[in-house]
Amino acid sequence: MRKLLTSLCVATVLMTVGAFAQEQKNVTIAVSIPAADHGWTGGVVYHAERAKVALEKLHPGLKIVVKTSPDGASQANALEDLTTQGIDALVTLPHNSDELTDPIRQVKDKGVFVTVVDRALSDPSIQDLYVAGNNPELGRVAGQYLKDNLGTGDVVVIRGLPIVIDEERQKGFDEAIAGSNIKVLDKQFGNWSRDDAFRVMQDYLSKFPKIDAVWCQDDDMAVGVLEAIKQANRSDIKLVIGGAGMKEMIKKVADGDQLMPINVLYPPSMIATALELTVANFYDQIPVRGSYVLDATLVTKDNANEFYFPDSPF
Amino acid sequence: MSETTITVSETRRSWKDVDLRAVAPFVALAVLLAFGTIVNPNFIGIDNLLNVLTRSAFIAIIAVGATFVISAGGLDLSVGSMSAFVAGTMILFMNSGAVEGNLAMLATAMVFAMGVGALCGLANGLTTTIGRIEPFIVTLGTMGIFRALTIYLAEGGSIAMRAPDLRALYRPVYFGNIFGVPVPILVIIVVAVIAAFLLYRTSFGRHVIAVGSNEDVARYSGISVERVRTLTYIIQGLCVAIAVLVYVPRLGAATPTTGLLWELQAITAVVIGGTALRGGVGRVWGTVCGAVILEVVGNIMVLSDLVSEYLIGAVQGAIIIVAMLVQRSLSRRR
Repeated sequence: MRKLLTSLCVATVLMTVGAFAQEQKNVTIAVSIPAADHGWTGGVVYHAERAKVALEKLHPGLKIVVKTSPDGASQANALEDLTTQGIDALVTLPHNSDELTDPIRQVKDKGVFVTVVDRALSDPSIQDLYVAGNNPELGRVAGQYLKDNLGTGDVVVIRGLPIVIDEERQKGFDEAIAGSNIKVLDKQFGNWSRDDAFRVMQDYLSKFPKIDAVWCQDDDMAVGVLEAIKQANRSDIKLVIGGAGMKEMIKKVADGDQLMPINVLYPPSMIATALELTVANFYDQIPVRGSYVLDATLVTKDNANEFYFPDSPF
Repeated sequence: MSETTITVSETRRSWKDVDLRAVAPFVALAVLLAFGTIVNPNFIGIDNLLNVLTRSAFIAIIAVGATFVISAGGLDLSVGSMSAFVAGTMILFMNSGAVEGNLAMLATAMVFAMGVGALCGLANGLTTTIGRIEPFIVTLGTMGIFRALTIYLAEGGSIAMRAPDLRALYRPVYFGNIFGVPVPILVIIVVAVIAAFLLYRTSFGRHVIAVGSNEDVARYSGISVERVRTLTYIIQGLCVAIAVLVYVPRLGAATPTTGLLWELQAITAVVIGGTALRGGVGRVWGTVCGAVILEVVGNIMVLSDLVSEYLIGAVQGAIIIVAMLVQRSLSRRR
């Protein structure tokens, strides 16, 4: 009898330990992202760290390792280092698709769950989950707003860098205003830099006596645009449309700025979306495989507070 | 512009003796101005020209410093990152509120920025001379260091001036004017006049050229090569700081893209201006002209509808090469 009782006790203890271990399920997730080299990537780093803290608190056995890399080659090295540490999942925003497709394939071949963020790989069969913003939509929403609210007018465009993201945004914009009375006076590259956008805008202001609106697809560039308009003392410009959701610009929208009544979202917090979904795959048994494309949400005065992160660097 | 050419060569007796190499960049600029006017009449408008000259201030001022470094046989690739670093620390200093009173704060911040710039230059200079390492490698290293420090300080975002009244007080340093001449243009002129005096009229200037032409001969004639070289890097650091003093009030922020590729533009301006990359020849006014040429080329590209936005880089490159060819053919004709 006594023997039976003892073994029962042992069994209970063992079961409890087993249950506890189940609770304490250990998962290691590596996050490989570009180093903060401009405002948007700075936001990505901020939101990755923020999500790491929140998720690790929620799941005691979860370990998230965030690693930033300044360029594609060093990101490839970082991926190797992270994999040798033994990881269950990789959440990565690759510097560029061509260079990093193979390194990520090698990670995948080790049986790791792969989540790709924002920039799709050359071979999409590698990724288990793809989380991205919607670039054509970012252009389309801005174009549609101009068409609906300005109706007729002359618009100047400041583009980013000549890469796929920029092409998609531009194409979306062009399609939205096609057939309307919105006329694009000029398009130039501003390299997603405040200084270059300032320079281009100054030149636009010298070149065109009347400009109704500016579309510059990115809030960093909008800073330079606004300063150039302020200096020129021009009152013909009715609208400046940026994008991506930088906190200073979201603040302007929330405060009801005349020149900048809206913003189009392309949030760096998408890295947090990707992390949440990846974690859900391991802890909540929720099917997450597939593509998750975020909307290019139109931010207006009414919903601006939802997208305002005062502590974020971006 | 042509006035300055004459002042440079006033010691010579007649136009026949004028050094065509010194005049060449100004001829190239004149050709560009004519070209721009044909392409778009708005180009020659006074507002546009003042915009362009004002914008060229950063590169012009930095390139004046680079003229010293390069004519002494050195090279500084770190100036772009250094600008970002000096701008970042200066703004952080202003945000710290260490000094009472806006005007006093601004003055202290300016002195602070000059100090940071001089120290950065000193670090480059000492590592090159005492460490006996190629300046290309040293400044390539510090280029990465300054850039990374800026990004670290900014936590990946931007460093912006917080106090709006301080910003308002500082703003005229970029946007203001004295008798219709924008302040940054006056700064270029003052910096260039001082630099020209230093390089052409003092023994230090002659030492710089001597060190750049032949290091061994300079050493045998009793010149402390290390001291002269280090001083040129400090001058470069100070010039970067002055450029930053004009840069910060424009957008009131330093970002990780601040000063990106400025080092290449500064070196290009110096070379267009007629300074030899191998050292031994320095032309301050040519350098200023070179910086203006670079900015004018960019301006013409935006004002014209000649090429698609994808091809602008190619046309800019071609114009710079043609400008250099014009210059070389002029100097060969002596």
